[in-house]
Amino acid sequence: MGFNMAVLEFEKPIVEIEKKINELKKMSAESGLDMEKQIKTFEKQAQDYKKELYSKLKPSQKLQIARHQERPKFVEFVDLICEDFIELHGDREGLDDRAIAGGLAKFEGKPVMIIGIQKGRTTKENLDCNFGMPQPQGYRKALRLFKHANKFNLPIITLIDTPGAYPGIKAEETGQGMAIATNLREMSKLDVPVISIITGEGCSGGALGLAVANRVMMFEHAYYTVISPEGCASILWRDAALYAEAAEALKITSADLLKLGIIDEEIKEPLGGAHIDYRGAAKNMKNAISKALKELSKLSPEELKEERYNKFRAMGQFIEG
Amino acid sequence: MTIQEWFDKRKEAQIERRAKEMRGIEDASPSLWIKCVHCEAQILKTELEDNMMVCPHCDYHFRINAKTRVSQLLDEGSFEEFFKNILPTDPLKFVDSESYADRLKKAQDKTGLDEAVITGIGKIEGHKIAIAVMDFDYMGGSMGSVVGEKVTRMMEKAIELKIPMLSVTSSGGARMQESALSLMQMAKTSCAAGKLDEAGVLYINLLTEPTFGGVTASFGTLGDIIIAEQGARIGFAGRRVIEQTIHQKLPSDFQTAEYLLKYGQVDIVSKRKNLRKTIANILDMHGV
Ligand SMILES: [Zn+2]
Repeated sequence: MGFNMAVLEFEKPIVEIEKKINELKKMSAESGLDMEKQIKTFEKQAQDYKKELYSKLKPSQKLQIARHQERPKFVEFVDLICEDFIELHGDREGLDDRAIAGGLAKFEGKPVMIIGIQKGRTTKENLDCNFGMPQPQGYRKALRLFKHANKFNLPIITLIDTPGAYPGIKAEETGQGMAIATNLREMSKLDVPVISIITGEGCSGGALGLAVANRVMMFEHAYYTVISPEGCASILWRDAALYAEAAEALKITSADLLKLGIIDEEIKEPLGGAHIDYRGAAKNMKNAISKALKELSKLSPEELKEERYNKFRAMGQFIEG
Repeated sequence: MTIQEWFDKRKEAQIERRAKEMRGIEDASPSLWIKCVHCEAQILKTELEDNMMVCPHCDYHFRINAKTRVSQLLDEGSFEEFFKNILPTDPLKFVDSESYADRLKKAQDKTGLDEAVITGIGKIEGHKIAIAVMDFDYMGGSMGSVVGEKVTRMMEKAIELKIPMLSVTSSGGARMQESALSLMQMAKTSCAAGKLDEAGVLYINLLTEPTFGGVTASFGTLGDIIIAEQGARIGFAGRRVIEQTIHQKLPSDFQTAEYLLKYGQVDIVSKRKNLRKTIANILDMHGV
């Protein structure tokens, strides 16, 4: 773990152990004493502790990893899993919403359309892409790119990381709800393979607006929910501070959503989270996409559409009396 | 039944109720009076009911429940309910300050409905139509698995019978207690709306007070023609959330039907008393 990186509360014991190991190494080097055996033992202990910790994270802790400032962003994933990305801009009606980016790229040598929600790291970047909260124009840009992909028979990959669609005046005036609704409807009609991956935050309709896919996948520590745990806590518990309870109740983790049939696959993260090892995370993502594309390439356009429709048609739990 | 007959029937009912009302006034029961939330006038409950729950003084449209809406919109006796057998469950065993199971029970007791939407087939001035009407009194008209399923089945029925579909929404959005399953109802109903679209079935949305969140962002706004009832508040994000995000006071008419009309988001804003006629005319012009 990099020591310069923002450390989450529950990660502190690990940082402490790693610091001690480093001190020991330094001591060993300076004194010339052979402490290799001791160091090895400590390293193994640290590793075991880490494995244990990350396999048992509470939903509220995963929330922190999913929102980690250093979590890899859309552009970084594109860079690591694709070649020759050509970004395509704008909704053709007056705006290029920077919260959603997309374009043509080569994935394992073949052209695809890759679209994702952008977050920034610096304040300037975050202002530019509105902290990953798309406006209607962003969803309309995505729709334009979906249609382009459909026309030229290109598989679509969407990467999702958003705290939700932007709640703003202009967003309401230009039809935020309708823009999302239209994407949900139009994605169901696409004749090409669609793969969606929740890479970090998958919050409410703003996330779903890019996720009506043949395969919906999710990173191990990402979260996907109808409402942010904070929003839910403030409404149902009347106290946003009780978000950990809400996170628990909402079943937002990949393991829970896999069980509920909401997602099709979980993508493992390197130990400690995707922010520790971008390449490791991207490699796992790439393998998952590659496998899914191979499976989906066997389906005809009609079958792709039907499979996607049937999957969402079957969602929900009720009693039929 | 013709519109004239319908009005005559209403008039008869009115006379009958007036008579009851006179008896009521003698009892001096305070519950007979309702204070208009807009102009604060004291209105006789029966007078308000006879005026389709619209304030006779200031034209404020009171929110109405699904049953009242059905009786106002459809030809008398024409409504046949469908999919009443689809009932809610508690898939996540969700408990907040109260359990979801208890909340469902309370909502059912309060409204006399099994869920937040009534679906069926009826007629509007003789035009046969598939209809889904939401009820805000049932857990804020929130969309869970049952609402999603009933709306979807009604759309499929409309395709099967080749009749137009009308949605009447009144909802705070998603049913949080069903979490991601609730979110997926947005996808499910929107995909079904796609089938309607492909089948060339006329789909009309009537947005009523209030329509927000997951319903606005799914089947609620995917119609070929969108009508908003006068004064209804309609949006994606709630007013408070927007104010907290942008740290700015919003215009008082923000997110009203009239405001949305100005910004090109709805086709028609209609007074309640004109809705039936407006919808009937639209159906007529589409030959359905
Ligand atoms: Zn009034």
